[in-house]
Amino acid sequence: MLYLNIIIAGLLTGLVYGLMALGLSVIFGVIRVVNFAHGEMMVMAMYAVYLANTFTGIDPLLLLPLVALALFGFGYALQRLLINRYITRPEHEQFLLLLAVATIITASLLMGFGPDARNVQLGYAYDSFQIGALLLDKVRVFAAAGAAAGTAALWAFFRFTRTGKAIRACADNHFAAQVVGLDVKRLYAVTFGLGAACVGAAGCLMLLLVDVQPYISTDYTLLAFIIVILGGLGSMPGALLGGVIVGVSEAVSGFVIEPSFKSAFSFGLLILVLLVRPQGLLGRA
Amino acid sequence: MRGAGPVALSPRTALALAGFVAIMVVLPFIANDYIVSVLVVVLFSAYFGQSWNIITGFTGQLSLGHALYVGLGAYTSAALFVHFDLSPWLGMPAGMAVAAIAGSLIAALSFRFRVGGVYFALLTIAFSEFVRILFDHFKWVGATEGLFLPVANLAHDDPLHLRGSPTMFYYFLLALTLGVLGLSHLLLNRRVGYYWQAIREDEEAAQALGIDVFRCKVMAMALSAALTALGGGFLAFYDNNLYPDTAFSLGRSIEIITAPIIGGLGTLFGPILGAFLLTSLGETMTNLTSGWEIAGLKQWFYGAALLLIVALLPSGIWPWLRRVIGLEESGR
Repeated sequence: MLYLNIIIAGLLTGLVYGLMALGLSVIFGVIRVVNFAHGEMMVMAMYAVYLANTFTGIDPLLLLPLVALALFGFGYALQRLLINRYITRPEHEQFLLLLAVATIITASLLMGFGPDARNVQLGYAYDSFQIGALLLDKVRVFAAAGAAAGTAALWAFFRFTRTGKAIRACADNHFAAQVVGLDVKRLYAVTFGLGAACVGAAGCLMLLLVDVQPYISTDYTLLAFIIVILGGLGSMPGALLGGVIVGVSEAVSGFVIEPSFKSAFSFGLLILVLLVRPQGLLGRA
Repeated sequence: MRGAGPVALSPRTALALAGFVAIMVVLPFIANDYIVSVLVVVLFSAYFGQSWNIITGFTGQLSLGHALYVGLGAYTSAALFVHFDLSPWLGMPAGMAVAAIAGSLIAALSFRFRVGGVYFALLTIAFSEFVRILFDHFKWVGATEGLFLPVANLAHDDPLHLRGSPTMFYYFLLALTLGVLGLSHLLLNRRVGYYWQAIREDEEAAQALGIDVFRCKVMAMALSAALTALGGGFLAFYDNNLYPDTAFSLGRSIEIITAPIIGGLGTLFGPILGAFLLTSLGETMTNLTSGWEIAGLKQWFYGAALLLIVALLPSGIWPWLRRVIGLEESGR
């Protein structure tokens, strides 16, 4: 029963990881740019939530749509003004560009908030739901529900809206999309905005579970890489599956072996998947 | 045998290089300790950048995990010295061998399974991080507590055991940097160098021409890893302490590749120029912002400078500077 508790907790955290990685996956799947500033964007969102919560006392969950919208604007502008000029450039130039963006974000946060860890005060921080012998943290359940809702919204957008379909068309065939007259530049900006909104929402939910500090961003960038490669870069269900796998494996290995080994386990998993099935578990060959 | 084949530099380039070497050799006699210690950092950065340049600049395979080879080279030579009193001149070749094996293994696994591009880059990070965490638990080399080399106050430098002043390290690193410069120049003008460049420009075409692409890529990685590990050995004996979280850190991998990209990826002199520019930029920022005591200010300017360079000169400073001052070189 103890194990089941740990597995479920890992699964719930994994859904939040999944939403974070979904942002990276959507951006790569359409624009073919690896967002090396992904974790930094999430930490930026976490600080926005921290700030808004400290001053207004509004619950982070209610702030989620606002933060997602703000990050959408940030991502849209970033793609439009900066990244768009580099989408046909070699990978190492894109890497350097996003590294510069990431450095500036982390440095700005460090200047604004200092290196100390911050968190939000929640009335229900230590509450839990009990189902039989199963004991679930309330914050974790809420965070997972938020992640599921965010994922569903993104899925519906791509499935049912004209813009969503147009973006999928761009991803399938960039050249043909231009031929039929789609405004690819704008669609790319919308895509980057959506990816940023995902990671913004994920940051909002993550703040329920962990403290925020400027330097944790790199770890989350790496975590997002692991997850999308496990699931398959560009695959939406893959990102969720990858998130859940990493969430559960972190929880179990942290408990069974040693907490400091949990990321070694994730990296080992990543290496294995890259070597055996480089397109990822649910990716297309 | 000057002028044999296409290997010779143009007279102007040779003259400029000779001038550079002359200045570098004389500098420690006129500069103060601070300048020498900064120049050691510059030379480490240049040397690591040049070594990385072989796999990514010449062969076109983006490795983002070169800290792995720095760490392996550093830990192998330092652990052999601490535990068995083995001279670094035997320990460092051992470190090079370990790194070459690790590099070939990673390259062989990736390229055998056709892992390339972004996926290869992320795989190199994964291996580096994986090994870092293993070393966090590797008690024989101190785990997270760190591995320390005994420090002795010597009247004279002891090059045989690599114990001594920054100036001694300065000359060793200058020799290494010039050595790899020569090696790169030589290889680029040999068959294997042309194969590497062909693979970088168009891998399928290279394969169609009958080049053993797999073997060439693995060789480039093994050489790049071994050279990086040699630098790691010197770094261990210079710093006298080793921690997994700094030796194998992603931050170090990023540092290694920033200088050559800024200087000009795939060029001979780009990594050296990039190392000079970035290190002096970092030092200037530190000195300028030290009075303000604002955490993050230095990193902010550093990020902004990176952004500016990549926006204005995306293929690096050296290719642009070379045109301006009218020098030529082999390679890109």
